[in-house]
Amino acid sequence: MSQPKEVLIDPIFNNNPIALQVLGICSALAVTISMSQTLVMCAAVIFVCTMSNLAVSLIRNRIPTNIRIIVQMTIIASLVIVVDEVLKAVAYDISKSLSVFVGLIITNCIVMGRAEAFAMQNGPFLSALDGFGNALGYSVILVGVALFREPLGAGTFMGYEIMPTVNNGGWYVSNGMMLLSPSAFFLIGLFIWAIRAWKKDQVEEAEYEIAPNLQYREAM
Amino acid sequence: MASFEKDGLKNVFIVALGVCLVCSVVVSGIAVALKPQQQLNKALDQKQNILRAAGMLPGDSLVAEDGRGVDELFSEFEVRVVDLETGEFLDDIDADTFDPVKAAKKPDLSIPLSGEQDIATLRRRENASLVYIKRVEGEIDKLVLPVRGYGLWGTLFGYLALDSDLQTISGLGFYQHKETPGLGGEVDNPRWKALWPGVQLYDADNQPNVQLVKTRSAAGSASAAYEVDALSGATFTTRGVQNLVNFWTGDLGFGPFIARLKAQA
Repeated sequence: MSQPKEVLIDPIFNNNPIALQVLGICSALAVTISMSQTLVMCAAVIFVCTMSNLAVSLIRNRIPTNIRIIVQMTIIASLVIVVDEVLKAVAYDISKSLSVFVGLIITNCIVMGRAEAFAMQNGPFLSALDGFGNALGYSVILVGVALFREPLGAGTFMGYEIMPTVNNGGWYVSNGMMLLSPSAFFLIGLFIWAIRAWKKDQVEEAEYEIAPNLQYREAM
Repeated sequence: MASFEKDGLKNVFIVALGVCLVCSVVVSGIAVALKPQQQLNKALDQKQNILRAAGMLPGDSLVAEDGRGVDELFSEFEVRVVDLETGEFLDDIDADTFDPVKAAKKPDLSIPLSGEQDIATLRRRENASLVYIKRVEGEIDKLVLPVRGYGLWGTLFGYLALDSDLQTISGLGFYQHKETPGLGGEVDNPRWKALWPGVQLYDADNQPNVQLVKTRSAAGSASAAYEVDALSGATFTTRGVQNLVNFWTGDLGFGPFIARLKAQA
């Protein structure tokens, strides 16, 4: 049913986990405040999602139906702890600010969702590709959000100053809201708008139609 | 292959046990293998924070202006455990493993603070804490104290460095806080931190009297030497910083210890 290429490419724009399925929003709000944090977070999610899909797929025929969610959670949680420990050892500065959110990858709906929806039914190779593709789709949106938030909010990019802010004696009046979580909501909303303007088939059908307002006639 | 009962009780136990075993071996293997590196990172990070507060390590760089690394710079410091009540050195506690913040949570290693005493909102204060002393030819050159206190959203953790006269502040830096980015988070701004060196600590009554103010007193007046600019839009953070500095250098903090050092000098 699925071709490897489609499985890998589809989640990036056609079936993006954030933009179309609106999953994994919480971490998208939290870590996109700086680009370097975002990239590390994306790498972590790519690793966890690929490996969990692979592992779940390998043992999918043995997992009893009634404990399948717990088995998936155990695998995902172990992978997340591995990532967290590795980060603490090799990128201590980033792990200090990211540690909380790395732990929360366990509850990231994308990872769990792909394990349950795809890896339980498909072979290891396709499942790993699917995990990788979905994590990539997640990463594309996150990097896009961080691309706006860091320069506009702090005047820096990857920690390097590109627009000297007034606070540091420069000219750029930084947009403080970009440093707060709601700005990520706005940006993701704009991305969804952009993607749906480009790929019209993603536009959902309206669930209801607003009736025309007739009150002014009655008033006359 | 003979088919097995996937949803049978036997398979449920086999899979559950197998998954748990494999996962725990992976997790504990990684944790044990990476532990030395993690501890190294943590120690290095703490040393950096202390050196930054003391103004011996500029900005985000890992080497001082004269090219010396963190470990070399830090080796000039002696780490001692101090009894906060009496101000005496305690030699029976190992300074390498002692954690004052953890001690403050244990009833037998700390004292409760009453509302009036507790200006930094700590609730409990440890009985002993750490100090970092840099001596040049036997005389104290710098004294670095761990400080902490409540800001707006959470506790700020940092180091306060004093000059050789134990009266002039030589730097203040926070390594962990939860203040609002752009407002209270400006405690990390290098331009604000640069205001701290040179500020006077103890007033004529020998009480710590650092003030974070909106409008500075006229230059040269008696109070101007104790003042630092407040952070705009961060009243609570500013108040927290003022209180934590005055608390930790006061009678309930390192006050007795500093008084002892002064008397020896």
